[in-house]
Amino acid sequence: MTLQNQIPTNEIVEFSDVEKAQIDKLLLENPHISGVSIDALKIIQNHRSWVSDACILSLSQYLDLPLSDLESVATFYNLIFRQPVGKVVLHPCDGISCDLMGGEHIRKCLSNKLEINNGQTTKDNQFTLISLPCLGACDKAPVMIANETLFELIQEKNLPLIINNLKEAISK
Amino acid sequence: MNSKQKNCPKKPLTRFITDDDNCWQLNQYKSFGGYEGLQQALTLSGSAVLDEIKESNLRGRGGAGFPTGLKWSFVPQGDDAPHPKYMIVNADEMEPGAFKDRLLLEKTPHQIIEGLIIGGYTLDADIGYIFIRGDYYTAIERIELALKECYNNNLLGRNILGSGFNFEIHIHTSAGRYICGEETALINSLEGKRANPRAKPPFPQVAGLWGKPTIVNNVETFCNLPHILNFGATWFKSLGRFKDAGTKIFGVSGRVKTPGLWELPMGTPIGEIIENYAGGMCDGYKLKGYLPGGGSTDFLLEKHLDTPMDYDEIGKQRSRMGTGTIIVLDDKYCPVAMVLNLVKFFAQESCGWCTPCRDGLPWAAVLLEKIEQGKGELADIQQLEDLCKFAAPGNTFCALAPGAVEPLQSALVFFRVDFEQHIEQQSCPYCNSDNLEDGDDK
Repeated sequence: MTLQNQIPTNEIVEFSDVEKAQIDKLLLENPHISGVSIDALKIIQNHRSWVSDACILSLSQYLDLPLSDLESVATFYNLIFRQPVGKVVLHPCDGISCDLMGGEHIRKCLSNKLEINNGQTTKDNQFTLISLPCLGACDKAPVMIANETLFELIQEKNLPLIINNLKEAISK
Repeated sequence: MNSKQKNCPKKPLTRFITDDDNCWQLNQYKSFGGYEGLQQALTLSGSAVLDEIKESNLRGRGGAGFPTGLKWSFVPQGDDAPHPKYMIVNADEMEPGAFKDRLLLEKTPHQIIEGLIIGGYTLDADIGYIFIRGDYYTAIERIELALKECYNNNLLGRNILGSGFNFEIHIHTSAGRYICGEETALINSLEGKRANPRAKPPFPQVAGLWGKPTIVNNVETFCNLPHILNFGATWFKSLGRFKDAGTKIFGVSGRVKTPGLWELPMGTPIGEIIENYAGGMCDGYKLKGYLPGGGSTDFLLEKHLDTPMDYDEIGKQRSRMGTGTIIVLDDKYCPVAMVLNLVKFFAQESCGWCTPCRDGLPWAAVLLEKIEQGKGELADIQQLEDLCKFAAPGNTFCALAPGAVEPLQSALVFFRVDFEQHIEQQSCPYCNSDNLEDGDDK
């Protein structure tokens, strides 16, 4: 994801005890501090839904790793979100096996239904749409991942139900 | 080894998979003969196990088909060898159209772990990693539980099964990038860096993770090891129908009647897989072409259907067996659109390290988009051909860009008429025939 108008920050955040405990556990298991950086970023994202600049600065202080090292990693990987995301991130597959089975149409329908483009978040902050490369379920195409669940053999007519079920899951 | 005394399976890799949802658990895996391969290995010396693996002709199942035993023989052995040595399972399945490792990860996590422990024992390694795609939630959960079961049953940790061998396994869930499947990029990622590939030499076998000897192999490669130890190299070689040894998980996706995965002998002809197992084309669709081994392999046509799924035989047809997962292109989907999808993917997933990949692939995507939208010129075809040459092996830092242009370069030959029609008509001839409204006909 690309960031616009980003200003370097001096702001830091205080990690929660749970976050610290999980990161400390990584450090115990790994003799090399830099080896934990990706997993530590994922822990922060699990708790905060995305990784802000302030989080990266704080993590670099916590791990005693160069800020530029963490920044370079955080901007490289697809599953580290550098902008706020909605409560549920929808990951429809844009791999070729899905597209051969109508995947592009399903992504257009999702886009229309949620009134957002790929990479955007709905106004009510409930959904973010980020398509992912081949999700490795090509015999069940088209597919989508949301809420750590794989939706298979998606048809246009099933989309309202899928979206409604996900909305209910958020409200619980 | 005593292959005659045992009931030798024809489909070793999937013999543990039953209808039972819990078939992945340790007690069930053991009830089908799980961890007998490890027990067999522990009665031998590491070098004897390596000899058996070499003898079996096992070739890496991640796509390149490099002989596993030969690859492993470059790892320093003996008392003065550097430690810790690392064994890594590459479970970062992200090749377009590849879905075989998901099956093995979700259904037989212990088979992978057993293979990894055997590998560790063979090369006197200390630490194993399973580098798994972050989106494979079920697989991650099961691997984690399976590892716990192993530690609780003395299959991992200190003095495994009383053999004196110590080995630990960690799981790393990837943050998602296709390039992590390249072994040196994977190693950089494990070190907490950007996943740019490394220059070779030194090869990872000598200086890999944290500068120590490291082996990286695909999930399916490791899955074969318990069976080779259990039933012997001679049995393994007898499984193949052509020159290559063993079985393979083959798959088909696209507009076929029954897309899926099947464990079949190496050397099974492509046509047999598409017709007999995938049920042939869906009604109303004809076969236009196919990628035999995932998104980074050259197109083949109907006339190549007799080709056995054998590394060298497919190579003779100027394509690759790759992951063995076939993507079928039907006559109603635009071949330019298919290639555009693939090239866009590779352009996005390029790590950005070298110019032919970082700049060449997005350029190819722009030209393909232009042609697909009916704005192409004949000169664009020439430019695409040139870009394929720029990205050829030898011009790039790793194998990503050469793989990326394989479907493109073959499409430019086999589907040239389609490209030219797009340009002559200034529109996509398929845009009205694409049945993309829904998957209702399944």
